[in-house]
Amino acid sequence: MPDEESRVAINSDQDIVLARQKGRTLAADSGFSSVDATLIATAISELARNIVTYAKRGEITLAGLADGGRRGIMIVASDQGPGIADIRQALRDGFSTSGSFGLGLPGVRRLMDEFEISSAPGQGTKVMVKKWRQERPEK
Amino acid sequence: MEVPILKQGEFLIATIQAALSDADLEHLRMALIQRVVRFRSRAVIVDVTAMDVMDSFASRTLKEIAQMIRLRGAETVIVGIQPEVAFAMVQLGITLETVATALDLEEGLAYLSQKFKNLN
Repeated sequence: MPDEESRVAINSDQDIVLARQKGRTLAADSGFSSVDATLIATAISELARNIVTYAKRGEITLAGLADGGRRGIMIVASDQGPGIADIRQALRDGFSTSGSFGLGLPGVRRLMDEFEISSAPGQGTKVMVKKWRQERPEK
Repeated sequence: MEVPILKQGEFLIATIQAALSDADLEHLRMALIQRVVRFRSRAVIVDVTAMDVMDSFASRTLKEIAQMIRLRGAETVIVGIQPEVAFAMVQLGITLETVATALDLEEGLAYLSQKFKNLN
Protein backbone atom coordinates (compact mmCIF):
# COMPACT_ATOMS: atom_id res chain seq x y z
CA MET A 1 0.00 0.00 0.00
CA PRO A 2 1.91 2.98 -1.28
CA ASP A 3 1.51 6.11 0.84
CA GLU A 4 3.25 8.73 -1.26
CA GLU A 5 3.82 8.36 -4.95
CA SER A 6 5.77 10.36 -7.46
CA ARG A 7 6.15 9.92 -11.17
CA VAL A 8 9.10 10.81 -13.32
CA ALA A 9 8.66 10.85 -17.08
CA ILE A 10 11.67 9.25 -18.76
CA ASN A 11 12.35 10.78 -22.16
CA SER A 12 16.09 11.37 -22.20
CA ASP A 13 19.33 10.52 -20.42
CA GLN A 14 18.86 13.67 -18.33
CA ASP A 15 15.71 12.15 -16.84
CA ILE A 16 17.72 9.13 -15.67
CA VAL A 17 19.68 11.41 -13.33
CA LEU A 18 16.48 13.13 -12.18
CA ALA A 19 14.73 9.81 -11.44
CA ARG A 20 17.57 8.38 -9.42
CA GLN A 21 17.98 11.59 -7.43
CA LYS A 22 14.28 11.57 -6.58
CA GLY A 23 14.60 7.94 -5.60
CA ARG A 24 17.55 8.66 -3.34
CA THR A 25 15.67 11.50 -1.65
CA LEU A 26 12.61 9.30 -1.10
CA ALA A 27 14.82 6.49 0.24
CA ALA A 28 16.52 8.86 2.66
CA ASP A 29 13.15 10.27 3.75
CA SER A 30 11.91 6.71 4.32
CA GLY A 31 14.80 6.09 6.71
CA PHE A 32 17.04 3.98 4.48
CA SER A 33 20.77 4.01 5.20
CA SER A 34 22.97 5.84 2.73
CA VAL A 35 24.27 2.49 1.44
CA ASP A 36 20.72 1.32 0.73
CA ALA A 37 19.80 4.69 -0.78
CA THR A 38 22.73 4.28 -3.17
CA LEU A 39 21.65 0.73 -4.09
CA ILE A 40 18.14 2.04 -4.77
CA ALA A 41 19.43 4.98 -6.83
CA THR A 42 21.63 2.61 -8.85
CA ALA A 43 18.69 0.29 -9.54
CA ILE A 44 16.59 3.26 -10.69
CA SER A 45 19.42 4.37 -12.95
CA GLU A 46 19.54 0.97 -14.65
CA LEU A 47 15.76 0.72 -15.03
CA ALA A 48 15.49 4.24 -16.42
CA ARG A 49 18.36 3.55 -18.80
CA ASN A 50 16.59 0.45 -20.13
CA ILE A 51 13.60 2.67 -20.92
CA VAL A 52 15.71 5.23 -22.79
CA THR A 53 17.72 2.57 -24.63
CA TYR A 54 14.94 0.18 -25.64
CA ALA A 55 11.66 2.10 -25.49
CA LYS A 56 12.82 5.75 -25.90
CA ARG A 57 10.20 6.92 -23.41
CA GLY A 58 8.36 5.68 -20.39
CA GLU A 59 7.85 6.40 -16.75
CA ILE A 60 9.32 5.63 -13.34
CA THR A 61 6.96 5.64 -10.37
CA LEU A 62 8.40 5.86 -6.89
CA ALA A 63 6.39 5.11 -3.78
CA GLY A 64 7.05 4.71 -0.10
CA LEU A 65 5.68 1.48 1.37
CA ALA A 66 4.35 0.68 4.83
CA ASP A 67 3.45 -2.93 5.51
CA GLY A 68 2.67 -3.44 9.19
CA GLY A 69 5.83 -2.29 10.90
CA ARG A 70 7.94 -2.60 7.78
CA ARG A 71 8.86 0.36 5.66
CA GLY A 72 10.14 0.18 2.18
CA ILE A 73 10.22 1.68 -1.25
CA MET A 74 8.67 0.54 -4.50
CA ILE A 75 9.86 1.46 -7.96
CA VAL A 76 7.85 0.74 -11.08
CA ALA A 77 9.43 1.28 -14.49
CA SER A 78 6.98 1.05 -17.34
CA ASP A 79 7.13 1.71 -21.04
CA GLN A 80 5.24 1.00 -24.24
CA GLY A 81 8.37 -0.05 -26.06
CA PRO A 82 9.07 -3.20 -28.08
CA GLY A 83 8.86 -5.48 -25.05
CA ILE A 84 10.99 -8.50 -24.25
CA ALA A 85 10.45 -11.77 -26.09
CA ASP A 86 12.45 -13.99 -23.75
CA ILE A 87 12.34 -12.71 -20.19
CA ARG A 88 14.40 -15.61 -18.82
CA GLN A 89 17.18 -14.78 -21.20
CA ALA A 90 16.96 -11.06 -20.32
CA LEU A 91 17.47 -11.96 -16.67
CA ARG A 92 20.70 -13.79 -17.35
CA ASP A 93 23.95 -11.97 -16.71
CA GLY A 94 25.65 -10.84 -19.86
CA PHE A 95 22.60 -10.89 -22.11
CA SER A 96 21.84 -7.81 -24.18
CA THR A 97 20.23 -6.99 -27.48
CA SER A 98 21.41 -3.38 -27.67
CA GLY A 99 25.15 -3.97 -27.73
CA SER A 100 25.33 -2.58 -24.22
CA PHE A 101 26.37 -4.40 -21.08
CA GLY A 102 23.25 -6.43 -20.61
CA LEU A 103 23.67 -6.68 -16.88
CA GLY A 104 20.88 -4.25 -16.21
CA LEU A 105 18.08 -6.56 -15.14
CA PRO A 106 19.95 -9.27 -13.22
CA GLY A 107 21.95 -6.52 -11.54
CA VAL A 108 18.79 -4.67 -10.53
CA ARG A 109 17.39 -7.90 -9.12
CA ARG A 110 20.49 -8.29 -6.93
CA LEU A 111 20.29 -4.68 -5.72
CA MET A 112 16.68 -4.97 -4.57
CA ASP A 113 14.66 -7.35 -2.36
CA GLU A 114 11.71 -8.04 -4.65
CA PHE A 115 11.62 -8.08 -8.42
CA GLU A 116 8.74 -8.62 -10.84
CA ILE A 117 8.69 -8.17 -14.56
CA SER A 118 5.94 -8.41 -17.12
CA SER A 119 6.61 -7.92 -20.79
CA ALA A 120 5.73 -9.32 -24.17
CA PRO A 121 6.70 -8.31 -27.70
CA GLY A 122 4.69 -5.25 -28.69
CA GLN A 123 3.20 -4.92 -25.22
CA GLY A 124 5.83 -2.80 -23.53
CA THR A 125 7.64 -3.68 -20.34
CA LYS A 126 6.83 -3.20 -16.69
CA VAL A 127 9.35 -3.87 -13.96
CA MET A 128 8.40 -3.55 -10.31
CA VAL A 129 11.03 -3.71 -7.60
CA LYS A 130 10.87 -3.23 -3.85
CA LYS A 131 13.40 -2.76 -1.15
CA TRP A 132 12.65 -3.01 2.56
CA ARG A 133 14.43 -1.29 5.38
CA GLN A 134 16.82 -3.60 7.15
CA GLU A 135 15.16 -3.79 10.56
CA ARG A 136 14.63 -7.54 10.33
CA PRO A 137 17.54 -9.95 10.72
CA GLU A 138 19.75 -10.18 7.63
CA LYS A 139 18.60 -12.87 5.23
CA MET B 1 27.54 19.81 -16.65
CA GLU B 2 31.07 20.36 -17.91
CA VAL B 3 33.80 18.44 -16.09
CA PRO B 4 36.86 20.65 -15.49
CA ILE B 5 40.10 19.12 -16.70
CA LEU B 6 43.25 20.44 -15.06
CA LYS B 7 46.69 20.07 -16.60
CA GLN B 8 49.26 19.25 -13.97
CA GLY B 9 52.62 18.73 -15.67
CA GLU B 10 52.45 15.47 -17.59
CA PHE B 11 49.18 14.52 -15.96
CA LEU B 12 45.58 15.54 -16.52
CA ILE B 13 43.13 15.65 -13.65
CA ALA B 14 39.39 15.52 -14.39
CA THR B 15 37.25 16.21 -11.36
CA ILE B 16 33.62 15.21 -11.67
CA GLN B 17 31.66 17.69 -9.57
CA ALA B 18 28.09 16.46 -9.69
CA ALA B 19 25.93 13.65 -10.99
CA LEU B 20 26.55 13.26 -14.71
CA SER B 21 24.13 12.37 -17.46
CA ASP B 22 25.14 9.93 -20.19
CA ALA B 23 25.76 12.83 -22.55
CA ASP B 24 28.03 14.51 -19.98
CA LEU B 25 30.05 11.29 -19.65
CA GLU B 26 30.42 10.98 -23.41
CA HIS B 27 31.52 14.58 -23.57
CA LEU B 28 34.11 13.91 -20.87
CA ARG B 29 35.43 10.94 -22.84
CA MET B 30 35.94 13.08 -25.92
CA ALA B 31 37.42 16.03 -24.00
CA LEU B 32 39.93 13.79 -22.20
CA ILE B 33 41.18 11.99 -25.26
CA GLN B 34 41.59 15.30 -27.13
CA ARG B 35 43.61 16.79 -24.30
CA VAL B 36 45.76 13.68 -23.88
CA VAL B 37 46.67 14.08 -27.55
CA ARG B 38 47.16 17.85 -27.40
CA PHE B 39 49.30 17.88 -24.26
CA ARG B 40 51.03 14.53 -24.85
CA SER B 41 49.96 13.63 -21.32
CA ARG B 42 51.33 10.50 -19.73
CA ALA B 43 48.47 9.91 -17.34
CA VAL B 44 44.91 10.90 -16.53
CA ILE B 45 43.27 10.91 -13.13
CA VAL B 46 39.47 10.89 -13.06
CA ASP B 47 38.15 11.91 -9.66
CA VAL B 48 34.66 10.46 -9.16
CA THR B 49 34.24 11.43 -5.50
CA ALA B 50 31.12 13.45 -6.31
CA MET B 51 29.43 10.71 -8.34
CA ASP B 52 26.22 9.58 -6.64
CA VAL B 53 25.82 6.45 -8.71
CA MET B 54 28.14 4.41 -10.89
CA ASP B 55 25.81 2.38 -13.04
CA SER B 56 26.62 0.12 -15.97
CA PHE B 57 26.82 2.99 -18.45
CA ALA B 58 29.12 5.14 -16.30
CA SER B 59 31.41 2.18 -15.60
CA ARG B 60 31.56 1.20 -19.23
CA THR B 61 32.35 4.77 -20.26
CA LEU B 62 35.17 4.99 -17.71
CA LYS B 63 36.56 1.67 -18.97
CA GLU B 64 36.43 2.96 -22.53
CA ILE B 65 38.17 6.17 -21.51
CA ALA B 66 40.94 4.10 -19.89
CA GLN B 67 41.26 1.89 -22.96
CA MET B 68 41.43 4.81 -25.38
CA ILE B 69 44.01 6.53 -23.24
CA ARG B 70 46.06 3.33 -23.01
CA LEU B 71 46.13 3.18 -26.80
CA ARG B 72 47.76 6.60 -26.66
CA GLY B 73 50.43 5.10 -24.40
CA ALA B 74 49.13 6.85 -21.29
CA GLU B 75 47.68 5.62 -18.03
CA THR B 76 44.32 6.23 -16.33
CA VAL B 77 43.59 6.13 -12.62
CA ILE B 78 40.05 6.37 -11.24
CA VAL B 79 40.04 7.87 -7.76
CA GLY B 80 37.43 8.55 -5.10
CA ILE B 81 34.84 5.80 -5.64
CA GLN B 82 32.69 6.16 -2.52
CA PRO B 83 32.23 3.06 -0.33
CA GLU B 84 28.49 2.80 -0.91
CA VAL B 85 28.98 3.34 -4.64
CA ALA B 86 31.58 0.53 -4.65
CA PHE B 87 29.10 -1.70 -2.81
CA ALA B 88 26.38 -1.01 -5.37
CA MET B 89 28.80 -1.63 -8.26
CA VAL B 90 29.73 -5.05 -6.89
CA GLN B 91 26.05 -5.98 -6.41
CA LEU B 92 25.31 -4.85 -9.91
CA GLY B 93 28.10 -7.05 -11.22
CA ILE B 94 30.35 -4.25 -12.44
CA THR B 95 34.09 -4.67 -12.35
CA LEU B 96 36.73 -2.12 -13.26
CA GLU B 97 39.47 -4.76 -13.19
CA THR B 98 41.27 -3.37 -16.20
CA VAL B 99 41.44 0.15 -14.79
CA ALA B 100 43.76 1.35 -12.04
CA THR B 101 41.96 2.79 -9.02
CA ALA B 102 43.16 4.67 -5.95
CA LEU B 103 41.52 5.87 -2.76
CA ASP B 104 41.66 9.57 -3.51
CA LEU B 105 43.44 12.19 -5.59
CA GLU B 106 46.50 12.21 -3.34
CA GLU B 107 46.88 8.42 -3.55
CA GLY B 108 46.32 8.55 -7.29
CA LEU B 109 49.08 11.12 -7.74
CA ALA B 110 51.39 9.09 -5.48
CA TYR B 111 50.68 5.95 -7.53
CA LEU B 112 51.53 7.73 -10.78
CA SER B 113 54.66 9.46 -9.47
CA GLN B 114 55.94 6.11 -8.24
CA LYS B 115 55.16 4.46 -11.54
CA PHE B 116 56.85 7.12 -13.68
CA LYS B 117 59.80 7.48 -11.33
CA ASN B 118 60.57 3.81 -11.93
CA LEU B 119 60.42 4.38 -15.67
CA ASN B 120 62.67 7.43 -15.77
